[in-house]
Amino acid sequence: MNPLLSRLRTATVLAASFFVLAGGVFPLVLWALSQIAFPRQANGSLIHADQVILGSRLIGQAFTDQRYFQPRPSAAGSGYDAAASGASNFGPANPRLLDDVQRLAAAYRAVNGLAEGAAVPIDAVTRSGSGLDPHISVGNAQLQIARVARARGLDTTVVRALVRIHTKGPALGVLGDRGVNVLLLNIALDSIR
Amino acid sequence: MIVHSLLQYGLFIVIVVALVKPVGTYLQRVFEGQHTWLDPVVGPLERALYRAAGVQPSHEMSAREYALSLVCFTFLNAVLLYAILRLQNVLPAGPDQRFLTTPMRPDLALNTAISFSTATSWQAYAGETTLKYAAQVLGLVTQNIVAGASGLAVGIAFIRGFARRESATIGNFWVDLTRAVLRVLLPIALAGSLLLVWQGVPMNFSPYVHAVTLERHTQTIAQGPVAALVFVENLGTNGGGFFGVNGAHPYQNPNGFTNLLEMLAIVVIPAALTHTFGRMVRQRRAGWVLFAVMLSLFVVGLLICDLAERGGNPALRSMGVSGGNMEGKEVRFGIGGSVLTAVVTSNGATGAYNSMHDSYTPIGVLVPLSNMALGEIVFGGLGTGLFSLVIIALVGLFLAGLMVGRIPEYLGKKIGPGEIKLAMIFTLAFPLVILLLTALAVRAPAGLEGLTTNSGAHGFTEILFAFTSAAANNGQSMAGLKSNAPFYNVTTAWAMIVGRFFLMIPALALAGRFAAQRRRPPSAGTVPADGLTFAALTIGAAILIGALCFLPFLTLGPILEYLSLR
Repeated sequence: MNPLLSRLRTATVLAASFFVLAGGVFPLVLWALSQIAFPRQANGSLIHADQVILGSRLIGQAFTDQRYFQPRPSAAGSGYDAAASGASNFGPANPRLLDDVQRLAAAYRAVNGLAEGAAVPIDAVTRSGSGLDPHISVGNAQLQIARVARARGLDTTVVRALVRIHTKGPALGVLGDRGVNVLLLNIALDSIR
Repeated sequence: MIVHSLLQYGLFIVIVVALVKPVGTYLQRVFEGQHTWLDPVVGPLERALYRAAGVQPSHEMSAREYALSLVCFTFLNAVLLYAILRLQNVLPAGPDQRFLTTPMRPDLALNTAISFSTATSWQAYAGETTLKYAAQVLGLVTQNIVAGASGLAVGIAFIRGFARRESATIGNFWVDLTRAVLRVLLPIALAGSLLLVWQGVPMNFSPYVHAVTLERHTQTIAQGPVAALVFVENLGTNGGGFFGVNGAHPYQNPNGFTNLLEMLAIVVIPAALTHTFGRMVRQRRAGWVLFAVMLSLFVVGLLICDLAERGGNPALRSMGVSGGNMEGKEVRFGIGGSVLTAVVTSNGATGAYNSMHDSYTPIGVLVPLSNMALGEIVFGGLGTGLFSLVIIALVGLFLAGLMVGRIPEYLGKKIGPGEIKLAMIFTLAFPLVILLLTALAVRAPAGLEGLTTNSGAHGFTEILFAFTSAAANNGQSMAGLKSNAPFYNVTTAWAMIVGRFFLMIPALALAGRFAAQRRRPPSAGTVPADGLTFAALTIGAAILIGALCFLPFLTLGPILEYLSLR
């Protein structure tokens, strides 16, 4: 056979075979193993309650009510849109970033009863990379404890204990940072009657 | 907190160092056709594939034939992916059409097809609003594996140039490719992907879920076969994510442990190739010196980026906000986990960032930008990183040879005029395409239209970053640049093609020339390939070339922004 044609034939057969193996067999085998071995994780780590899905333990959601711990600001869609992840992508000198942080810091201080000019944890006034960050920093959670306890008529020690329970990480002691999962913490708060 | 970061970086480095020898040895056995433990499973499949495709495994190829086969194979894969993307609406499964708000126009499909078949994975779209599950799996998973495998094959062929003497051939592309897919990438991918599912990465074909939040709002949560893509996007040093925000998405990267796994997937094989190199050329110390060069540049980048991001944004500090720069970063990774990933992905030709580089401090973003601009010689892309570093070393040896008036050589191979011309094509094609396209984009109205989020020096950095990433076959972006427009889709596609083939073809040609040479005994003027002088020359050449090409552009971008923030 003509060497060019024979090369084309080889390339076509191998491309087709790897297409079947890598694009077909591999994902199907992985899918089957995942569904058997780790069905909860493979289906999105969803939280079920009374026939509805409350959300996913991995995905943050929006909270505005003072009785709940508040998550970080979000740039995903109109906020925590888990079908449209997104970040602000503002550079460090972007005036829109500076205006937003100024406004968010003032609001954070007002809501949580902090003095004017008091230090605000950076995660409370910046948007995460995904817009779906499920966590807030421990410092951020601690500053919200008094407000949540007051709004719910609970003792701060109870709320503080819940925060401690839902503080996780870093993985293996060093990988990443500590954080508080806001959705799981708020579900735990709601379960206190 | 800095101690905590250092422990994390240290753990990562210790694991990589520990894996270099076993993995490098395994790769050498695989590509030299020796017996490995996968033989009973993979052997029959391999023989069946060779028969069907008409591959004669004992046939040896010249550099020219090897390169032609590579180009032919990549071209077919690009066509296949283009067809899948354009026809995705007739494919079964996948999210409801109403969520797919970005149309797959011809320019976007062309850009994406070239991007994934060249192992770049520049993404001008967001997965969850653009692609059906079938397109993600059939199209992108396939390319993540085969494009990565092609790179690995070329890396091995390049090593043979130094391992062989008086040989007209450098191996068989089809055999190297098949071994890379069946004996290296697929088995590791299956194990790694399952670990990710265990840690929470979804693997389903379900419709998007509608949740009712605690405050009684609806939240639509994107689903999909995420795990099938996430591990291989890193392993193939491709990097195109399932979701728009890539590794920052909690479904793609749920915790610090998955982040570590994904970073290891990028680095381990390219790092281990230095040992494969040392074994194949029968001078193991030469391999370890290459590894040491990579590691030292890696650590320097980590420390600079960490200090910059931990130092934070002075403008926010003056508003009474405390902490490092967390805009665009996730709490579960923190500064340390974000910086590790920024440095690994920018060195490793993989676009799978877990924090938004557009929101980094100027010096913080200078580090990933420089890593790419140096040509991804630190670990680098699968197979491509090794030859990129060796070719820079050849230039360093050549410069040193000029100074002392001797013909330079490396591992007994003479670096003559023909070799140095090829090395120069390799070294200059890359900055040339980046700088020309950046200059074009900042002059063309269609280029400036992309600056919808940031402007000034930062906007210039976004454009420079885009073309550097495309030409380096990296694929990460400063995502504030609105790049899904015909202008950027076409120009970045050109940068990706130049970055892939204008580097791989000269590298293969070099391998062919070196393989044909005999091996000379070392002379008094030889710089030993396993010594400190060689390491210093290599690092010096890399920095010298990088600085000469890019310093004026870096000055207009991150450096200017840094000075204006003070």
